[in-house]
Amino acid sequence: MPSFRLPTLALASLLLARACVVGVAAEQSPVEYNRDVRPILGENCFYCHGPDANKRKAKLRLDLRTDALQKKAFIPGDAANSELFKRLFSKDSDEVMPPPESHRTVTAAQREILRQWINQGAEYQDHWAYLAPQRPSLPASGEGHPIDSFVAARLKREGLSFSAEASREILLRRVALDLTGLPPTPEETATFVADRRPDAYERQVDRLLASPRYGERMVLPWLDASRYADSNGFQQDGDTFQWVWRDWLVRQLNADRPFDQLSAELLAGDLLPSATPDQKLATAFNRNHILNGEGGNIAEEQRYVTLFDRVDTVATTWLGLTLACAQCHDHKYDPLTQRDYYSMLDAFNHVPERGVPGGGPSRFRLDQPVLEMPSAEQATRLAQLEAEYEKKNAATPALQAKAFEAWLALPLEKKGTLDAKLKELAVLAKLTEAQKKPLRAHYLKNIFPEERKKIADFKGIDDAKTARDKFKTSDAYPRVMVMSDTQARETNILDRGAYLSKKEKVTFNTPAFLPPLPPGAPANRLGLAQWLFTPTNPLTARVQVNRQWQHFFGQGLVRTSEDLGVQSEPPTYRELLDWLAVNFRENGWRTKELQKLIVTSRTYRQSSHVTKELLAKDPENRLLARAPRFRLPSLILRDVALASSGLLQEKVGGVPVYPYLPPAPWESLAITKERDFTYPTSHGPDLYRRSLYTFWRRTIAPVNMFDVSARQTCRVRITQTTSPLQALTLLNDTTWVEAARVLAQRVTKEQTTDDTRLARAFALILSRPPTEREQGLLRTLLQRQRLIYQADLKAAEALLSVGESARDKTLPAGEHAALTAACLALLNLDAAQTRD
Amino acid sequence: MADNFPSPAEWRQQLTRRSFLNASVQGIGAVALSSLLTRDLRGATPTTSQGALPGIPHFAPKAKRMICLWQGGGPSHVDLFDPKPGMVAFAGKDIPASIRGDTRLSSMSSGYAKWPCVPAIKPFQRYGAAGTELSTMLPHIGSIADEICVVRSLNTEAVNHAPGVTFFMTGSQIPGRPAMGAWLAYGLGTMNEDLPAFVVMTSSDKTKTCGQLFFEHYWSNGFLPGKHQGVRFRGTGDPVPYVGNPAGVTREARRTMLDDMQAFNREHQGLVGDPEIDTRISQYEMAFRMQASVPDLLDFRNEPKSVLDMYGPDVLTPGSYANNCLIARRLAERGVRFTQLMHAGWDQHNNLTTGQLAQQCQDTDQPSAALVKDLKQRGLLDDTLVVWGGEFGRTPFGQNQQGQGYKGRDHFGKAYSWWLAGGGIKKGHVYGATDEFAWNITKDAMHVHDMQATLMHLFGINHEALTYRYQGRQFRLTDVHGTVAKGILA
Repeated sequence: MPSFRLPTLALASLLLARACVVGVAAEQSPVEYNRDVRPILGENCFYCHGPDANKRKAKLRLDLRTDALQKKAFIPGDAANSELFKRLFSKDSDEVMPPPESHRTVTAAQREILRQWINQGAEYQDHWAYLAPQRPSLPASGEGHPIDSFVAARLKREGLSFSAEASREILLRRVALDLTGLPPTPEETATFVADRRPDAYERQVDRLLASPRYGERMVLPWLDASRYADSNGFQQDGDTFQWVWRDWLVRQLNADRPFDQLSAELLAGDLLPSATPDQKLATAFNRNHILNGEGGNIAEEQRYVTLFDRVDTVATTWLGLTLACAQCHDHKYDPLTQRDYYSMLDAFNHVPERGVPGGGPSRFRLDQPVLEMPSAEQATRLAQLEAEYEKKNAATPALQAKAFEAWLALPLEKKGTLDAKLKELAVLAKLTEAQKKPLRAHYLKNIFPEERKKIADFKGIDDAKTARDKFKTSDAYPRVMVMSDTQARETNILDRGAYLSKKEKVTFNTPAFLPPLPPGAPANRLGLAQWLFTPTNPLTARVQVNRQWQHFFGQGLVRTSEDLGVQSEPPTYRELLDWLAVNFRENGWRTKELQKLIVTSRTYRQSSHVTKELLAKDPENRLLARAPRFRLPSLILRDVALASSGLLQEKVGGVPVYPYLPPAPWESLAITKERDFTYPTSHGPDLYRRSLYTFWRRTIAPVNMFDVSARQTCRVRITQTTSPLQALTLLNDTTWVEAARVLAQRVTKEQTTDDTRLARAFALILSRPPTEREQGLLRTLLQRQRLIYQADLKAAEALLSVGESARDKTLPAGEHAALTAACLALLNLDAAQTRD
Repeated sequence: MADNFPSPAEWRQQLTRRSFLNASVQGIGAVALSSLLTRDLRGATPTTSQGALPGIPHFAPKAKRMICLWQGGGPSHVDLFDPKPGMVAFAGKDIPASIRGDTRLSSMSSGYAKWPCVPAIKPFQRYGAAGTELSTMLPHIGSIADEICVVRSLNTEAVNHAPGVTFFMTGSQIPGRPAMGAWLAYGLGTMNEDLPAFVVMTSSDKTKTCGQLFFEHYWSNGFLPGKHQGVRFRGTGDPVPYVGNPAGVTREARRTMLDDMQAFNREHQGLVGDPEIDTRISQYEMAFRMQASVPDLLDFRNEPKSVLDMYGPDVLTPGSYANNCLIARRLAERGVRFTQLMHAGWDQHNNLTTGQLAQQCQDTDQPSAALVKDLKQRGLLDDTLVVWGGEFGRTPFGQNQQGQGYKGRDHFGKAYSWWLAGGGIKKGHVYGATDEFAWNITKDAMHVHDMQATLMHLFGINHEALTYRYQGRQFRLTDVHGTVAKGILA
């Protein structure tokens, strides 16, 4: 029994204090180890008293109850006499915990939590995310949708309720942007608004899920996770052909490949039985990393940089684990050892690669192994070249024989140096086939290579061979860096992660604290992929479901979506997360089904309007009593501008393109003369492809795509900040200015009055008609720009000359320019940039 | 890259900023806006911060802003900063194995069988009252010898450029972590909201024979919020991307358009109630002000000839080191927190004696010294930290690249030199020492992490306590290392 109880009032204020510490996520109930205590111990104690044996002080570990009790760290039920608790209050700088030099402090509210926890009996719990999720029963809440039943039950306890459903216009724009990255057209919106059938919304969701645009949107988080770029990074920054993999992934997402199958191919497609070229191509996921081609660097050191990156990428993407910490030492917080780390690394250590890209005159710089991925036309052409060569080469044996006979006919002194035995044969007048054999071998090895060059008949054969080889190594012939396990290498634990400090040998295994490899699974990447999807794996489903949630709500149910380990932020709705995870797994890992479930929930469909009360009670919208509002990703902002103007090209996939950037965007790379770094700006339709297809130079990302992953390492958390540079981009970048001009031209032709033209432009961007007040503001906007441009036709002409696309010169310049400025303002509205 | 949502501390800070903006947004009427257009952009150097984290600085700072004169490629400590007269008699003979030990070298020289000692190519000389010995190739830096502290005991594990630069800038050899300027902007906030808090400029040696590339990850925000990324000023086109209006858009036309746009945004806010719309409105206003402050920054018309002359003949050539040094001073005057000026051309593998090194010294010596003098005459040196140095030094033995003879030196991280000035740095001082071959440190070793810790200290920051939680742990610039080198503090 606790020796000491807090008075009710003190308890209430304590719980209030706790709510402030961990945010509204904490519910008011007795102190719980996972939710309340572990974050305090983890932040303040485990660094020196946790899993890492090398750093452990006083041989005390506090992350395991038996160890802590054995060292008498606390007396369950008696906080006042517990050493741990006394140390928190010590005035002696040698005694007080945490020590001053750690710069960690335990607040008064946290001390109260620890006091209560010890008095309650100091019970530990396993970290929630390390226990396989069980499907929780749905709370009774009156809501039919499983997601809503969890959310509604909690909202009720908090004295809140759902917001009203968003308007149909807003809702369709929201779901279209989330699923396809493009706003609905005014016609699509009108159809939906007029559709009174009960399943009208579901029909829209199905339409969007089936759209080819879907994969183009959904691939973006995958590109961030796989640190995808179209060049290697560093000096030379050679181009790559990894875009072929990007296209493959778009196709898989559109086809809704089950997540387990997709993952197996991404990780280990090459190891599948009778792997197809596409399955081998899938493994380019593991080869999208940085490659350092600097002169003087040490290839093996760089190869280890790559290996570390692969482990980090896989651990973050599928497990939500910060395995990288165990590269140098046992993990400080999670039960991950250095042995676990290098046992996992072994899966990636058998690729016949050097670790640095090759050289050569081409702008492409690749490291082995590569997979040739010709287009259909290229395959046909290659087959032709191959056939031409084979056909010509068929004459080689006869030509060789003829040359040999001619040589035989030469007098001995003209035959070159021969050993005694061959000389004996060479002088014979008539030779048997057996006697000819050693002479022929000698001839072909030592004489023929030089003779061959003098024989005209061989030139045609050589030319055919050169034509074939040149074709296969040309810059147009895709060779994608992929995985292969054909090189035997020993894997060792590395002392402090230093590649030269090898310690004991390890073989592939998965982290010891998690369930073991399934029986019969191979000890390689394929086994790893199978292990990820065993029903007992506690992480894979949760991590993926959480990231899907993040996609639709701007933040995950666990906000630290890159980390579900013990240092992660506790989930707002743990039971909902578990329910979704189990459901996802049991339904065959079907992503579109999961997404449909999310976007058809009331939680998703409610309005995003923010009231003072909601802002006061839940400023970060953790409870979801309203839908989130957030700025669209910059890649999507560009797509929206292009789509509203009608400039957007629908073509899917292909080689990267080079849309407008400020002058000389890559020239700072031209400090060395190793290659030409002139930015090859595209012309015509390639200027208007979706942002996804923009060439991504790893050393200098496209400057008009802000707030993006730098594609150096794996990133899975969505990022959003606000800076004036973003505003300058949307106001002044040629892409936006041209889109405004083309949009102005479009609505001028489609409509006849100021009001209808403005309303049409507004609807093309915002997918709804303006309100009456907004219409008034639009009129003012246009009128004031009209005054400017009617008075300055030269300026009007200048504005209308921005961008490459043709302009209809029959439109009066002043009018066109004024409407262009108005459309540019519309593209820059907060509402246009935001997914409401 | 950034976290999507702020930490509680950031949240409180944003709420405060929001209420401030709420007030200021109301003030942006036509009258206020017209005054914005004609606002006097010159004035006293701003010193108050917006957006600092609570509790930062941790103690009274000596430096308020920093200019990093990055010398990319690895300037030769042997030839410039660390005189070793004993090497002359040893010239051509192998540096003894007892000195070389197991030093890790780049793969260009690690396989060498011979290690011929190559003494400094030009003599050294004592400069200033302090008598600091520097190469005679650096007379202008010599002329500020009594202002600077030369560190001769810096060391790094990196053997190659990009990992070495990344290591100094971000605390890790592998790209992906925030750069020092991003950390400072994150912790200390900005002193001038009309300019970025973290500015980067690049230049290179004239012949471009010795250059190394500058990658964006050298000024990355890493996992810090994206707004802390360094903004690179460019030598071509708009100095800041998109800072110029499109053709046919005057400043007045833009102002009119923004006014009408903001009216729309406020109307929308009335409808949806999201306080983030205030942030959007202020973002566009800051952008508008930046469009004026950047051209003003680069307008040298008011610089007296005497000042321009100090920086040498290249000062008016955009993209030159001298030009960038003058801009750096103007940025410091305007309260920009961290200016990272990156100059390439110190990678003398085979052109130590071709005149390239001498030329390189000539191009950088005068502007570097002028910057320190110029800051001093404006009273800014006391709280502006200036540092000069690169990712490593160069081998005391000669490099025989492609069998062309010992015409250069390879990369060398075991010991090398930097100099620092202003902002709380000891004046006229030499810190640390190396053995008779400038190979091993014999006194006051200073690792890259120690330098980082010391620079942070000068900003009033305890380097162990400015952390950011990412992937479940607290990251910091100095990883888990770093000791403040008290010996270089004034």
